[in-house]
Amino acid sequence: MTAPEAPQWAVEFREVCKGFRGVPVLRGVNLRIRPGETFTILGGSGSGKSVCLKHMIGLLRADSGEVLVEGRDVTRLPENGWVSVRRDFGMVFQGAALFDSLNVYENVAYPLREHLDWEEDRIRERVGYSLEAVGLAGAQPMLPSELSGGMRKRVGVARAIALEPRIILYDEPTTGLDPSNSRRIGELIRTLQERLRVTSVVVTHEMELCFAISDRVALLRDGVVAVEGTAEEMRRSEHPEMRAFVEGSFDPAPSVAGSSPLEGGAHGG
Amino acid sequence: MTAEAAFQRSVSGLGDRVLGGVEGFGEFVLLAARTFRAALRPRFPWHATLQQFEVIAVRSLPIVALTALFTGMVLALQTAFALSRFGAKPYVGSIVGLAIVRELGPVLAALMVGGRVGAGITSELGSMTVTEQVDAIRAMGADPVQKLVLPRVLAATIGLPMLTALAIVLGVFGGGVIADLEYSIAPSFYLQTVTTTVTIGDFFAGVSKTFFFGWIIAMVGCSVGLSTTGGTEGVGRATTRTVVVASISVLVSDFFLTKLLLLLPSEELLARLPGLFS
Repeated sequence: MTAPEAPQWAVEFREVCKGFRGVPVLRGVNLRIRPGETFTILGGSGSGKSVCLKHMIGLLRADSGEVLVEGRDVTRLPENGWVSVRRDFGMVFQGAALFDSLNVYENVAYPLREHLDWEEDRIRERVGYSLEAVGLAGAQPMLPSELSGGMRKRVGVARAIALEPRIILYDEPTTGLDPSNSRRIGELIRTLQERLRVTSVVVTHEMELCFAISDRVALLRDGVVAVEGTAEEMRRSEHPEMRAFVEGSFDPAPSVAGSSPLEGGAHGG
Repeated sequence: MTAEAAFQRSVSGLGDRVLGGVEGFGEFVLLAARTFRAALRPRFPWHATLQQFEVIAVRSLPIVALTALFTGMVLALQTAFALSRFGAKPYVGSIVGLAIVRELGPVLAALMVGGRVGAGITSELGSMTVTEQVDAIRAMGADPVQKLVLPRVLAATIGLPMLTALAIVLGVFGGGVIADLEYSIAPSFYLQTVTTTVTIGDFFAGVSKTFFFGWIIAMVGCSVGLSTTGGTEGVGRATTRTVVVASISVLVSDFFLTKLLLLLPSEELLARLPGLFS
């Protein structure tokens, strides 16, 4: 349609397919994420939503189809080409993925040291600012093993925002957290989005979080986007699978014909 | 029918394992190439390499020393016992020296380090892989090969020859202690039999193999660690796999490396050099 690609979309997927050991997980996913919005990919376990997220930052490569980041085709980018793309991304991993051997300060400083040639003073300032933003000022000397699950997640967020990225990816940000911590993370995502004007892409299976933070939502099912719309549209959607999700009767394991063969698999979620 | 199904299953199971092995080997070769390239890139990870040298080499000192000492001792017992049948008991130093310097020092040091270090590397990198820490390194624009693999491989490649040199000295020493205490062979005579038989060429032939052993142990440890799947249970399986693959690689490559070194003329040249300690 539009010949020269204007960065009209922060992230765009065109018919992205991905399989693991011959088992298809994504079967032609189409997504268009606008700059500055909070976009949630909803789905049960094994629906391939985390797999989607990992394509955006080059941790996984599509078998076919195209992935565009800010208008740039990154589908076949070699690993060293990704370094500059990843400069604009922050990713919050499911289990926080903090480096066990480094303290909180070094964890948050890690992306700064990788990408920038800053003086230690400047790094210290930015680390302090990032930790403050997630409500963990003063946690610098602690080790990840000394933190609670919710705190680890927040340090993960602090690390993701340290570089002031344009896009933040959240992989199951509230999984394994109690309700009050979950709400806190949800508020944090929203606050950061408003304060830093970033694009946020959130992968989750939790309804409450989804509607609390999202501008737009896509429901992933059997490796394709089954329904897509604004949060309000999705809440009112008559689509049976969306209804099942909204009403909480959604069976996390796929139940319809042609269900995902990867339920509960290693690459699920 | 059931026999047929069972046969089919066992054949396809075998096929899967063969494919898994080929895939693992392919991953190993790719990782080895990427490690080599990472070594040539700027921002060489000196600090991490030094840290790994401490973990891999320095902390392996006690286990390698103990192994070498007792191997030298038992070797002296056995050879003196066997040589006494020919009335050649005083020459225990010649045989112990050659065996330790050329073969047992290098291989036993490699096997001990292979077990300790290989397993350590795999469990550490395996845990990092299943908890997405390796993905996190990539997501933050860094290269896990440069950050994690290169320091370990380099530290093991340099560290193992040093450990081997120590193992050789301690093994020969252990043999001398037993020769003296059990068979009343004077230490000076023992040392003389060792130095007249063992040349500097033998020493280099033994130690040079261990550069390769150190490299392959760390490479296997890293390769298996980084391809770990299946959570904490998977880490356990991967660790076992590393110990098996690393040990077998050491033993098999030892044969071929020894054969190769015997073919090289440099071996002969070195052999003409005067004895090691004289």
